[in-house]
Amino acid sequence: MNQSTAAPVLSARALSKTYRMGEVTVRALRDVDLELRAGELLVLLGASGSGKSTLLNILGGLDVATSGTVQYREHRLDQFDGDGLTEYRREHVGFVFQFYNLIPSLTARENVALVTDIASDAMSPDEALALVGLESRLDHFPSQLSGGEQQRVAIARAVAKRPDLLFCDEPTGALDAQTGKLVLNVLDKVNRDTGTTIAIITHNAAIGGLGDTVLRMSSGEIVERNTNKQRASVDDIQW
Amino acid sequence: MTALSRKLARELWKLKGQIISIALVVATGIMTVVTMRGSYDSLVDAQQSYYRQTRFADVWAPLKRAPDTLRDRIQTLPGVAAVDTRVTLFATLDLPGLDAPAQARLVSLPEHGRPALNDIRIRSGRYLAPGAASEVLISENFAAARSLRPGDSLRAVINGRARDLDIVGIAISPEHTYAVPPGALYPDDKRYGILWMSRKVLGPAYNMDGAFNEALVALSPDANPQAVLSRINSLLDTYGGLGAYLRKDQPSHQILQSELDSNKVMGTAIPAVFLGVAAFLLNLVLSRLIATQRTEIAVLKAFGYRNREVGLHYLLFAMAAVVVGAVVGAGAGIMLGRAYVNFYGEYFDFPSLGYHLSPLLLAIAILVSVIAAGGGALMAVRRAVALAPAEAMRPEPPARFKPGWLERSGLVRWLPSSGRMVLRNMQRKPVQSLLSSLGVAFSVAILVIGLFMFDGVQFMMDLQFRVIQREDLSASFDEPRTASARHDFQNLAGVTRVEPYRSAPARLISGPLAQETAIQGLEPEGRLRRIVSDTGGVHPVPVEGVVLSAILADKLRVRVGDRLDVQILEGRRRTARIPVAGVVHDFLGVSAYMSREALQRLVGGPELISGAYLSVTNDELGAVKRTMKKLPAVAGVASPGTMLASFQSQLADSLFIAVAFLLGFACVIAVAVIYNGARISLSERGRELASLRVMGFRRREVSVLLLGEQALITLLAIPLGWTLGYGLSFLVTSAMQSDTYRIPFIVSARTYAISAAIIIAAAAASAALVHRRINNLDLISVLKTRE
Ligand SMILES: Nc1ncnc2c1ncn2[C@@H]1O[C@H](COP(=O)(O)OP(=O)(O)OP(=O)(O)O)[C@@H](O)[C@H]1O
Ligand SMILES: [Mg+2]
Repeated sequence: MNQSTAAPVLSARALSKTYRMGEVTVRALRDVDLELRAGELLVLLGASGSGKSTLLNILGGLDVATSGTVQYREHRLDQFDGDGLTEYRREHVGFVFQFYNLIPSLTARENVALVTDIASDAMSPDEALALVGLESRLDHFPSQLSGGEQQRVAIARAVAKRPDLLFCDEPTGALDAQTGKLVLNVLDKVNRDTGTTIAIITHNAAIGGLGDTVLRMSSGEIVERNTNKQRASVDDIQW
Repeated sequence: MTALSRKLARELWKLKGQIISIALVVATGIMTVVTMRGSYDSLVDAQQSYYRQTRFADVWAPLKRAPDTLRDRIQTLPGVAAVDTRVTLFATLDLPGLDAPAQARLVSLPEHGRPALNDIRIRSGRYLAPGAASEVLISENFAAARSLRPGDSLRAVINGRARDLDIVGIAISPEHTYAVPPGALYPDDKRYGILWMSRKVLGPAYNMDGAFNEALVALSPDANPQAVLSRINSLLDTYGGLGAYLRKDQPSHQILQSELDSNKVMGTAIPAVFLGVAAFLLNLVLSRLIATQRTEIAVLKAFGYRNREVGLHYLLFAMAAVVVGAVVGAGAGIMLGRAYVNFYGEYFDFPSLGYHLSPLLLAIAILVSVIAAGGGALMAVRRAVALAPAEAMRPEPPARFKPGWLERSGLVRWLPSSGRMVLRNMQRKPVQSLLSSLGVAFSVAILVIGLFMFDGVQFMMDLQFRVIQREDLSASFDEPRTASARHDFQNLAGVTRVEPYRSAPARLISGPLAQETAIQGLEPEGRLRRIVSDTGGVHPVPVEGVVLSAILADKLRVRVGDRLDVQILEGRRRTARIPVAGVVHDFLGVSAYMSREALQRLVGGPELISGAYLSVTNDELGAVKRTMKKLPAVAGVASPGTMLASFQSQLADSLFIAVAFLLGFACVIAVAVIYNGARISLSERGRELASLRVMGFRRREVSVLLLGEQALITLLAIPLGWTLGYGLSFLVTSAMQSDTYRIPFIVSARTYAISAAIIIAAAAASAALVHRRINNLDLISVLKTRE
């Protein structure tokens, strides 16, 4: 895919996020500029606490920046109110949370259905769970699944609605090499087949090879940008 | 079925214990209204329709004797819609097996047709047949108390002559719903009844041929009652008018009304307070319960669920509890209401008393619950959705503890480490701790309200029978007798003290205001009967002038030192101007007291007494009663002992049952609220507690952390609840004062103690339930799932 010609779907300018807790202020993001082009796969690397989740949450409409602008196609997300952001997430965004956040009272299948229920062009929950290799655990509750299995349910839940934008916060954090690759294959396939724009946070630098673009963050700033001429294949990754 | 509705169903099921307890709060609120208010309304309806059907009079005008022709003149008075006249008198009945003589009031009925006013209702047997001279109808309560039936006969002494009478029917009348013997406070159905006989028979027997000694009047809708009263009084003056009075002063109606008024508190103010408290607690519990779903709400929002959809989800959650509660509350409330009205039926002689629930009432009760529950749910959802999802989804950050007043006070040094953790945790969330405490405090408060009604009745009974009525026996004459009659009593073996009294009907007039009452003439040095205020204080019997009940003084707009015109309504019917020597706050509305000597001077003529109060030794009490029965002049003998018993069985019963209902309701609410509070704080802190367990804390140590906090919250709530209960009881009391009924505002130490004990028991029971859950905390699953 030729990214330089593709139009940016999501662009952020001078994004800053400051948390204020009493006398202490934490600057989680400092003047971050970023563009995501249609069909791009972006990988975000960086040390713990460097601001990756904060950035992704703002791009996904889960949080609002302290200053700066975020534009999705022709919409200025930073000017949206809560309801506008809700509609943005509902229509366009899929999310895999760092802490999975499954609903404990719903089974794997129902956790996925929770999202497909309100999507217009979704896969069936069974189909989505089969993609992540959980076709035999459809009716298990989160407390009956391992951490990695819960993470896979969370991924199935994110891809099932066929979102325009897919944000994954450490989607393989709890997975071994084999399942990790299974999951990355799913994301790679979704990206290639449907042109879904994806941003992935990871601590595993090797995964960087998968992306069109690789960013490294440190202390709330993007300190390094790399573009891969050739995206690596999942099977080549050294876990 | 959408995933969201599945979530709803599963969570309702998982939290069923809490949902049920919340539903119970709703049910209880609705039940108090449906049961207490519903039966009160039914009672008032039954009274109104009974009065309408029997054409119950508005005015009674007793007099010595007037010719039948006077009836037409009364009819022409402005404001008079209908008139009826009759003959009525007292007679002694000869019935076997009683210590004291039985008495009857004989009331005439027209020979043909029915009375224009104060009709009766036949309960069994038939109406009087024209021309049958010995036929009589008797009142139902009396018949029941003496096991008399149509076909039985009895002997009455009418105007000095014995007559055998045949009972042909049993009847009731609103005029005699309570048949109170002369001189007594309460009905005594074994010894006093009503007999209805033909005017054709009764008239001649009592020298009332072509004459009457009582007129009844129905007022036209626009009439001014007081004006009509004075017109009637001045018309009847020359015929020995004894003072006409309005329905509100008619003895049976007055007792009924005060009984209804006493139920009015139970039937209106208290259900309102209960419903209000239940609604408040419902709101509190639901909003706290839903606040524990903060992260889940954030997840739903993160996936694009709209605020409206999330709100509806939790609204349905709340409504599930309300629907269950409403169904249970309405169903059980109606059943209890029926039972309650049935119970009323045992001593309210209403022909058509049945429980009717007004749909509007039910709708209001349910609507209040719906609004409270929905409001609580939506408030919590609002707070949760106000946060950005990223923010709300984070596991709550570890609390930041900083040294607060607790550390500064140095108190902590004296506490064990678990105690310190409990206190610090409460200090960290002061608002939440306070709200939890407030919830429990309201449970304490409604227990206080339920119990303080007991205190009031207890206090009144103590006052009436220990402080006011200190005699062992009271005897009343059929008419005032010479003062020497006291010696007849004095000489009876066992009688240790005799205090004669005089009672005279009088009209008290202050400018345009007037009020009829009986002036009680008491012995200034008396020990058996004194003038007693509602706090038990004794007011001295004045040498000159009259002491009035506060309500009477208010009515006449007079104060101590003012002067009143007093017109005595017997004997020479003299008028005098006398000073108001005192005003006493008492419970029974309209009393006027003078010294017996001063009253005697006012009435004039020879010294007469109306009866006497006696002290009698215990061994001789029965014998003295029997002897008195044989004294022809004695019309009634009463002893506080039997009065107390009949008071308890008649008046206090309904109150006690109502209070028992309320206490049950209050207990349910208390347990539900405390249990819910403990469960919610368990779910709020389950993860923390499980982590402590994993780190090696023992079950007991973890329990102490959670339950210690609950215990502190409960202990804090008790004094708070006492204060709230005291305030609410005061409001209820002052909202419900009426002419005929005042509830004393007494909250006893016992009430405080019992309410605290119930709350502590409820807290202990909830703690036991929650402790079991803490023991069974699933450590693995808590650590594995990240909600
Ligand atoms: N709600 C908050 N309040 C205060 N500080 C916060 C909050 N959320 C994040 N931070 C701070 O902002 C900084 C960036 O946090 P962020 O979660 O974005 O890091 P991250 O790069 O995702 O780290 P990790 O790899 O550990 O997930 C951190 O220093 C963090 O402590
Ligand atoms: Mg992160």
